[in-house]
Amino acid sequence: MSDIIKIKDEYLKKLNENLDLISINQIKSELFGKNGKVSNEFKKMGSIPAEDRKKFAYDLNLVKEELQNVIEKKLKEIETHQINLKLQNEKVDVTLPERNFNRGKIHPVSQVIDEISSIFSEIGFSVEEGPDVENEYNNFTALNTPDNHPARDMHDTFYLDKKKEFLLRTHTSPVQVRTMLGGKPPFKIIAPGRTYRSDSDQTHAPMFHQVEGLHIDKNINMSHLKGCLNYFIKEFFEVDKIKMRFRPSHFPFTEPSAEVDIGYELKDGKIIIGDGDKWLEILGCGMVHPNVLKNVNVDPSKYQGYAFGIGIDRLAMLKYGINDLRAFFETDYRWLNHFGFDPLDVPSNYRGLSR
Amino acid sequence: MKFTIEWLKEHLDTKFNDQKIIDKLTNVGLEVESFENQTSELDDFIVAKIVNAEKHPNADRLKLCDVDIGKDKTVKVVCGAPNAKNNLYTVYAPPGAIIPKNQTKLSVTKIRGVTSHGMLCSESELKLSNKSEGIIDLNSKKYINQIGKKFFKNKNPKVIDISITPNRADCLGVKGVARDLAAAGVGKLKKKNESKIKYKGSQNIKVKIINDKNQGCTTFGSCLIKGIKNTESPKWLKDRIVSLGQKPISAVVDVTNYIMLDLNRPLHAYDADKIKQGIIVRNSKKGESFEALDNRKYTLEENMCVISDKSGVLGLGGIIGGTRSGTELKTENILLESAYFKPKSIRLTSKKLNLDSDAKFRFERGIDPNSIEEGLIKAAELIQKICGGTISKLDIVKKEKFKNTHIKFPIVLFQNITGFKVEYKEINKILSNLGFIIKKNKNNLNLIVPSWRPDIEQPIDIVEEIARIKGYEQIKTNLPEKVRNKPTLNKKQKLFHFLQRSVASKGYFETVTWSFTDSKINQMFKENKQDVEILNPISSDLNVLRSSIFSNLIFYLKKNLDRDYKDLSLFEIGPIFKGKKPGEQEIVIAALKSGMMSRLSWNEKERKVDVFDAKRDVMQTLVEAGFDQSKLYTEIKTPNYYHPGKSGAICLYSDKNEPVAYFGEIHPNIIQKLDIKTEALILFEIYLDKIKENNINIKDQKTKFEFSDFQKSERDYAFIIDKNLKAQDLVKIISEIDKSIIKNVKIFDVYEGQNISENKKSVALNVTIQSPNKTLTDEDLERINKIIITTVENKTGAKLRS
Repeated sequence: MSDIIKIKDEYLKKLNENLDLISINQIKSELFGKNGKVSNEFKKMGSIPAEDRKKFAYDLNLVKEELQNVIEKKLKEIETHQINLKLQNEKVDVTLPERNFNRGKIHPVSQVIDEISSIFSEIGFSVEEGPDVENEYNNFTALNTPDNHPARDMHDTFYLDKKKEFLLRTHTSPVQVRTMLGGKPPFKIIAPGRTYRSDSDQTHAPMFHQVEGLHIDKNINMSHLKGCLNYFIKEFFEVDKIKMRFRPSHFPFTEPSAEVDIGYELKDGKIIIGDGDKWLEILGCGMVHPNVLKNVNVDPSKYQGYAFGIGIDRLAMLKYGINDLRAFFETDYRWLNHFGFDPLDVPSNYRGLSR
Repeated sequence: MKFTIEWLKEHLDTKFNDQKIIDKLTNVGLEVESFENQTSELDDFIVAKIVNAEKHPNADRLKLCDVDIGKDKTVKVVCGAPNAKNNLYTVYAPPGAIIPKNQTKLSVTKIRGVTSHGMLCSESELKLSNKSEGIIDLNSKKYINQIGKKFFKNKNPKVIDISITPNRADCLGVKGVARDLAAAGVGKLKKKNESKIKYKGSQNIKVKIINDKNQGCTTFGSCLIKGIKNTESPKWLKDRIVSLGQKPISAVVDVTNYIMLDLNRPLHAYDADKIKQGIIVRNSKKGESFEALDNRKYTLEENMCVISDKSGVLGLGGIIGGTRSGTELKTENILLESAYFKPKSIRLTSKKLNLDSDAKFRFERGIDPNSIEEGLIKAAELIQKICGGTISKLDIVKKEKFKNTHIKFPIVLFQNITGFKVEYKEINKILSNLGFIIKKNKNNLNLIVPSWRPDIEQPIDIVEEIARIKGYEQIKTNLPEKVRNKPTLNKKQKLFHFLQRSVASKGYFETVTWSFTDSKINQMFKENKQDVEILNPISSDLNVLRSSIFSNLIFYLKKNLDRDYKDLSLFEIGPIFKGKKPGEQEIVIAALKSGMMSRLSWNEKERKVDVFDAKRDVMQTLVEAGFDQSKLYTEIKTPNYYHPGKSGAICLYSDKNEPVAYFGEIHPNIIQKLDIKTEALILFEIYLDKIKENNINIKDQKTKFEFSDFQKSERDYAFIIDKNLKAQDLVKIISEIDKSIIKNVKIFDVYEGQNISENKKSVALNVTIQSPNKTLTDEDLERINKIIITTVENKTGAKLRS
């Protein structure tokens, strides 16, 4: 009995001193090792008279528990102390730069094509494509622009052969022809893509982008055309109100034909779309000419509808304040970085077209 | 097409003000491009301020002035005026300006060794007074905000410039414009005065239209005016011609031009005395030539419509006259021609000769065939009034009779197409004001189209006529329904957009370059593809369609490197061309990356970009796009613009399939040839059209979720193998031993050199072994271990490295 108390007092005293990890482990084995003092007390259990045994065991366990707790506590203290010591030496200057990361960019034309597709997707248009190299028939003749028609002068065409049979498409309208020849009405498509005209100055590039729109069904009239474009322009420029003007014009493949202007004003040299008393021409459109429908085997007495063509680069310039068309195609790293979009900025209907 | 309001009002009775007329023109489809004062020579003179005047270094009496000419521009001007001093407001004339006093044109000149850009003006030089002493001294208070502005107010009449679409030949004359405006309610078209012409004698120069194949001339009207005195035009006529930016020549020429602009009726005047024995309208013979009024000599091909006489070609009908029979001031007798030429014939000839003229522009769009007499009469009368003389009877030689177009127009078509209704009464009014003759027949209108509207052929054209006169603002706005019956993008388009953003997300800047390129650079990337030449390229260094995107991409990469940018990553997704027929093209992603990784990093070691960076980007892109990495095989054969030892191809599903992508370092020859300054240049390309249909629908990719919770073990091996043995094959051999147990094989070291014989290499692999249904015992693992070693040794001749 007194042995236990003695051990207890002796070791509590020892443990109360300033100890390092080694000494504590030393104490631990002195007490609880194979021949440790507490362990040895337990071995005595058999020689204790039966009537005292219960009490002996009880007291011994109390002592064991108490000593163990103190040791555990001590050990924790030392660990904490050691971590704190380590932390003091492990400080870095976090204002140093992070490891390199690379951020890519999406070209404004691609971004705008995605925006356009997203808007028209919402109202049921699907995306069609056609080749950049076209034959003369799809680019002109089928579109009611026969050879020797002065309207051909409006397009400065790149030709690939002397017979002028193959050319670089001057507009995306041949996709209309391909789509209608390849299917049955109704048609409701847009066709974005590259277009080419041999014309190059400050405001013209020999290659540019257009998006064609075509909606043919039984009762599609000019009010649908107006509604569709009104919706598109409003969504695209992300404004609540848009001032829009339809003006009679002429394209061989539509009749009646129209050009569409939108209202804008200049504020600090920047174009603000939506209001204002200036007009900006942004697209051409009209009701698909019956001759075109006949050429693609669609019966104009049963089906009718509209088509439009919009300059994509120009839309991008207006929306994002880019003033030089040529710069789109010059691959200046600084320009791409400035006007490019983060690849995670995917235009969508529910997250909005742009951030 | 240009004209003044005053001129318009000769044909139109209107109370509308200028702005309302302008708006209406645009509304009916005659788009007004500008409404401005005709430019004047005096526009050049601007208010300026001398910022600094100092002595000319080489001349005591001259001064060298810095002159503020507005818009933040300052120019150096040498000036001899004693009053030139700092802060003097005066008038500046730039190089190119014409000095009113002596009509000399200024140019940039050196005065005593110093360049002078323009001149500061005195009052006498500007004809403001006789004061020639010193330059103009403007009141600084009055002109303080005027620097850079015009000094003279432009007093020229305002000119309307409208752009006429190719279908509206009738509006290439002022009268036609007036007719459209009248129909749109702007006013009333004035009736023409009855001619009081007194004819004397007959037109005795015989005119013959030959029955040639595809004769371009259908009618040739003419009259003789004898005994005239050709002269300068009177002021009113000169002003008209000048206001449109044209040059007055002589009364006869000015009158024919005036009638053309007024009535859209081209005419031609011949010196009658220079015509030898009558006019013959015929097809040209090959090799015939003549000198035209533009002072150029034209050699003709076969079958061009010419006006000729006994001794040869006088002119090209409807396009341009010749000098041989041209009128001069001394001309006394003229033959006035008013004819009709077919648009197609005009266009063919002018295209072949590359010849443009006002008459050609009009005839190819279609002139009113019934305007021949009106034109002759009006012109003859005017010439007589100005130059005197007697007018012969008109002579009209007709080959074909003109027939008006008849259209049966179902009234309901208008509403079907436009979506709004216009009452019959109003339709009737609009069409008759435009010159149609109308007969109503139940629900249809039987229409006779006016002769000046060759563009109107069928009912749909009538819809446009009514709609544009009524105004497009009448069209309702029918907002679209949000219904989608078909997916917006097909699978290939989705892949396009996915790959585009996937590559960009790896740090590449997307660019868009021309589809054409320089054949010299294209040569380096086209392999065995044919050159697709452009017949009429915009410049000689953009003369072929690109066979590869790299030719343009590397050209622009170099431009950026030359700007001293070093670590660049660029890519483009777009077409390459394999032939000149539609469809002989392919969509490709091409990417370039130059320079170093971790350049100037404080904590990472910098290194050159290398083939494995390219491989990572292309692999990750394909894996992100939904391809199973274990089904992507690397092959070693690549196009010749890649470094032959440091490049690879990626094949889908089997290494026997055609590659869908290439990656690697660029061939050093190309770097050298193009003089590209960078430490390293890697590239990759992905051929979208070669990627065959696959189950990359996300919903199909998500197979049943299976996993094992049993103990995993890892074993490391190092094999000494043939140097040429592909690492990919070694991994494959081990993986295929038992796919249910061998979960992963990873190469963690490759070693060549000391202790390894020359044609061998050591490859160290870490293999993860796990069973789906039990914990593997030591014996199991040992067994698998043995199988791995013996299989590798047997199949490759490898030795386990001890």
